[in-house]
Amino acid sequence: MAVDPLIELRDVNKHFGELHVLQDINLTVGRGEVVVVIGPSGSGKSTLCRAINRLETIESGSITIDGRPLPEEGKGLAQLRAEVGMVFQSFNLFAHKTVLDNVSLAQLKVRKRKKDEADKRSRELLDRVGLAAHAEKFPAQLSGGQQQRVAIARALAMDPKALLFDEPTSALDPEMINEVLEVMQQLARDGMTMIVVTHEMGFARSAANRVVFMADGCVVEDRVPEDFFTAPSSDRAKDFLSKILKH
Amino acid sequence: MDVLTENFSLYGKGFLGTVELTVYASALALVLGFLMASFRVAPVGSFRVLGTVWVTVLRNTPLTLLFFAVLLGLPRFGLVLPFQLFAVIALGCYTSAFICEVLRSGINTVPKGQGEAARSLGMNFGQTLSTVVLPQAFRSVIPPVGSTLIALAKNSAIAGAFSVTELLGTYKTLNELGYSIIWSFIWIAVGYLIITLTISAVFNVMEKRWGVAR
Repeated sequence: MAVDPLIELRDVNKHFGELHVLQDINLTVGRGEVVVVIGPSGSGKSTLCRAINRLETIESGSITIDGRPLPEEGKGLAQLRAEVGMVFQSFNLFAHKTVLDNVSLAQLKVRKRKKDEADKRSRELLDRVGLAAHAEKFPAQLSGGQQQRVAIARALAMDPKALLFDEPTSALDPEMINEVLEVMQQLARDGMTMIVVTHEMGFARSAANRVVFMADGCVVEDRVPEDFFTAPSSDRAKDFLSKILKH
Repeated sequence: MDVLTENFSLYGKGFLGTVELTVYASALALVLGFLMASFRVAPVGSFRVLGTVWVTVLRNTPLTLLFFAVLLGLPRFGLVLPFQLFAVIALGCYTSAFICEVLRSGINTVPKGQGEAARSLGMNFGQTLSTVVLPQAFRSVIPPVGSTLIALAKNSAIAGAFSVTELLGTYKTLNELGYSIIWSFIWIAVGYLIITLTISAVFNVMEKRWGVAR
């Protein structure tokens, strides 16, 4: 069990109409831990990820982050969101702003940093994800992999306590997946707390501390990657792995 | 033909009156429309209700009725203002309902992920709307806002019936002076064309400058 819990979900439930997408979810993520969430599509993994940032509301149960329950709408929620970064499948870079402004915007508006201070920090982060040369370009001028790395830099600019990744490589060409995964590997090595929803089993094996397997709105397995991939205990996970690892 | 040259100052006054009505009412309509559009997409339910009621009432009321309501109604509550100002209020509020809906449809063209990304970074509703969503919505609403303001310029003619100096109203005087109705109206139409084509031109430039480069 994690020594120092940063993100805790207790008995979380949510429906989309008839569909019970999250069923009594319990999950604890410790500080510095990397948890990879995998599972078939429609299993609720993205919803789980989005619920932690309250982009999806939950119906019952509790989510606490660093000991504080997730606030309702308002100032408290905005503050909390600044502490928990989010990286989306479709990047969601601000289309009307340059790469540099994308990374600086929230620093100016939320962290109230000065313009030159924010830009300096942004350039450091862009350098870290290998995109310092592209600072003045617009998102549409970059490849998908580059856009996703900018999105990671943008999330890091808020100095978050944890990062949530919602299928960060699912919209990418195979060639570009690695450049994003490498950045994520580096973050994991640097001790960032991460929840990663992904289909990249290689990443799950190499970078994760734990693998959470979800199916039909439930957490079916929650184990260290080696155990999960070599000896899954549930039939649902065996079935899933046999399908994706065949080719 | 002489009707223009002989009554240039009359035409000029009417023309200026219409320009003033158009400019002031446009400003009011844009500000109110912007505010109401923000209300209609706000996370707070009562704001959304206020925005919806505003649009429903003003968009579905004949403008003439609205003029009567403002010009005859407000003085009953002790609010006595110059007629021109009343006309600006009536025109501005009426058009704001249309501007609101145009802006809202522009907001809806911005992918949801843009707002989510902004919120996930800790930006509040106002910041998200003003720095991320509206600048992108703005690009796609330039043409319909132009159309709405042209409609406003033409609607301003109704103010003439309430003894506000404006372009169409000049025909009454000209008619009494015995000028040809046809030529009086042709020059009035030219006056409106100058105003509406100017609005078109301005919005064309804006579209070229800021329109969507997808």
